[in-house]
Amino acid sequence: MSNLLFATPKELTGWLSKLASGKRVMAPRQEGPSVVFRAYTAKELAAADVNALLKRSYSSPKQAILPQCETLVAFKSAKDPEDMSKLTTTVENPCVAEPTVLFGGRPCDARGFVVLDRPYLEGKFKDPYYAARREATVIVTQACPTVLNGCFCNWVGSDPADKEGSDVIFTAVDGGFVFEAVTEKGEALLAGAGFADAADKAEAVAAAHAAAAEALPAPSTLDHVQEKVAARFTDNAFWDKETVKCLSCGCCTFICPTCQCFTITDEGSQLDGRRLRSWDSCMTPLFTMETSGHNPRPTKANRMRNRVSHKFSFYPERYDGYFSCVGCGRCVVSCPVSLDIRHMVKAAVEGCDLVFEDAPVAEPAPVVEAPAPVAEAAPAQNPAPQKPASQKPSKGKSKKK
Amino acid sequence: MSEHDCGCGKNPYMPEVATVLDVITESPTIKSFRVRFDNEEAWNSFTYQPGQVGQLSVFGVGESTFVINSQPSCKDYLQFSVMRAGEVTTALHKLHPGDKVGVRAPLGNWFPYEDWKGKDIIFVGGGIGMAPIRTIMLHVMEHASEYGKLRLLYGARTPEDMAFKGDLPSWLNSDVLETTLTVDRAEGEWPHRVGMIPSVLKELNPSPDNAIAVLCGPPIMIKFTLAAFRELGFKDENIVTTLERRMKCGIGICGRCNLGGKFVCLDGPVFTQAQLNNLPPEM
Repeated sequence: MSNLLFATPKELTGWLSKLASGKRVMAPRQEGPSVVFRAYTAKELAAADVNALLKRSYSSPKQAILPQCETLVAFKSAKDPEDMSKLTTTVENPCVAEPTVLFGGRPCDARGFVVLDRPYLEGKFKDPYYAARREATVIVTQACPTVLNGCFCNWVGSDPADKEGSDVIFTAVDGGFVFEAVTEKGEALLAGAGFADAADKAEAVAAAHAAAAEALPAPSTLDHVQEKVAARFTDNAFWDKETVKCLSCGCCTFICPTCQCFTITDEGSQLDGRRLRSWDSCMTPLFTMETSGHNPRPTKANRMRNRVSHKFSFYPERYDGYFSCVGCGRCVVSCPVSLDIRHMVKAAVEGCDLVFEDAPVAEPAPVVEAPAPVAEAAPAQNPAPQKPASQKPSKGKSKKK
Repeated sequence: MSEHDCGCGKNPYMPEVATVLDVITESPTIKSFRVRFDNEEAWNSFTYQPGQVGQLSVFGVGESTFVINSQPSCKDYLQFSVMRAGEVTTALHKLHPGDKVGVRAPLGNWFPYEDWKGKDIIFVGGGIGMAPIRTIMLHVMEHASEYGKLRLLYGARTPEDMAFKGDLPSWLNSDVLETTLTVDRAEGEWPHRVGMIPSVLKELNPSPDNAIAVLCGPPIMIKFTLAAFRELGFKDENIVTTLERRMKCGIGICGRCNLGGKFVCLDGPVFTQAQLNNLPPEM
């Protein structure tokens, strides 16, 4: 028996429906004009059109493990009835990590959790809320059937069939889907699925992966991006120019699968209240505003500089060269004024006059295809003859000197 | 999920409930709070290093970051000195002995006092910046025989604004510490100096040889005091400061206190000027 399993659309929704009777099953769901990750009931899944579950979501699935708002601490205080001046305060952690299947995200979404794992799990302090949900979640990822407008996972060391961060990956083929367990967790989830062996579909899967990879525009070179973006720090004219249009709305950060920032606030009273964690955005002036009125990042140029630098310079500096960007392109397509992080990074790198010892001598810069215009979709129906996927940099890492 | 289910030890977001033992009015805007954990076991096992900070909270209002400014040898209480400025600090200023607060500590790094042994140390504190100086200075004074000459230059706007008035007599009369006090403007009787910290520092003219400068204060004071120390011949690796930033988590995750790739809450708040020179200029 091969490690590939085949499911028809009906079998797939049946399996998900079965899973939903014991677990929270989250999948893309159309809500008004948006597609977002939401929990489905077993009944909904049994009757679901599989294509509706495979839509690309507008927001990332980050909320499955890092909710937009959650209670970190619940506190209560009680007065001693014998001595009203005596108060007893108790604190507790109300977090419940529900067993979850996160279905239908893309490889970039799954890799987003790998990016979040480093600050949340691998530092001096481990975040127990994130850890508990991460542990309780099985990530079932669909290999991208098409390339969407804004996609640039190949810039950051990935591809449309990347397994990193996924527990199960599946690929659409004629008549259904081919599933492959990536981790033991994934294997355990698939064990009870009852899907047929799909050894004979290996070629079809490989062909689908190759077609999607080839549909991506060629990546821009991000050689020494960490140092080059850092070298731009004091180039105020550059950041001013790149952020003229920015509205500081923070949309780019809220839909990002790798943005890690949050705030902590209290609500209620000492007698009965909660300490909450909510997503926050580095693009708003209040993010770093101090009580005195002093703000180390008062302008939108300062803030964009921090956002771009965090993803391509500060985070790699801290975490062994890995980027805090998975190239999903959500910030590119959702920005109300069409700011494009690809453009900013490329401009920061290309105009940088830092010289590195390993720099090729007098070699012409590779011709880079301009990214697709923002207003137009660039599905795989018309795959452009681009450079092959083997051009990608080493897996998930920026090239180090 | 109960608190210890997650297999990752202590929950860094869970505060220890503590009782306010004492409130000391230091100046019209500064109060010091002496607090002790309600949980005896947690209190008895609690240790920290001079320079580390804590998240002090009023339940229902919020948390803010303050340096623990009692010295680690003090086993009776933790002291935090708080300038009234925003929501949390205003709520803190309303507290009385017996009231409850939350404490998450210790967080961050500390002053590298082991490396300073055998050296002269000059401490310079401006305004509420004296709080972190107090911790490390008291700690070093307890081990004065291991260090060279110890000096303090403490400045405030007016005599009224000078905090730690309860400590000043013992600092002025100490055998191991040479104390200079200065104010920007004197009102009434003031037997000490009048003048800005940088100019008084230059008059004191401390030798940079085998010496460490430790300074903390508002940004403008740091800027000119740093220049004065450089003028006196102090090298940037021997000038130590502790930074302030808006913080939330205190454990290097929430993302707002970064200076380049470093988090002030986790990798700081104590840095040498030489280290700061290698970080992006975003103060």
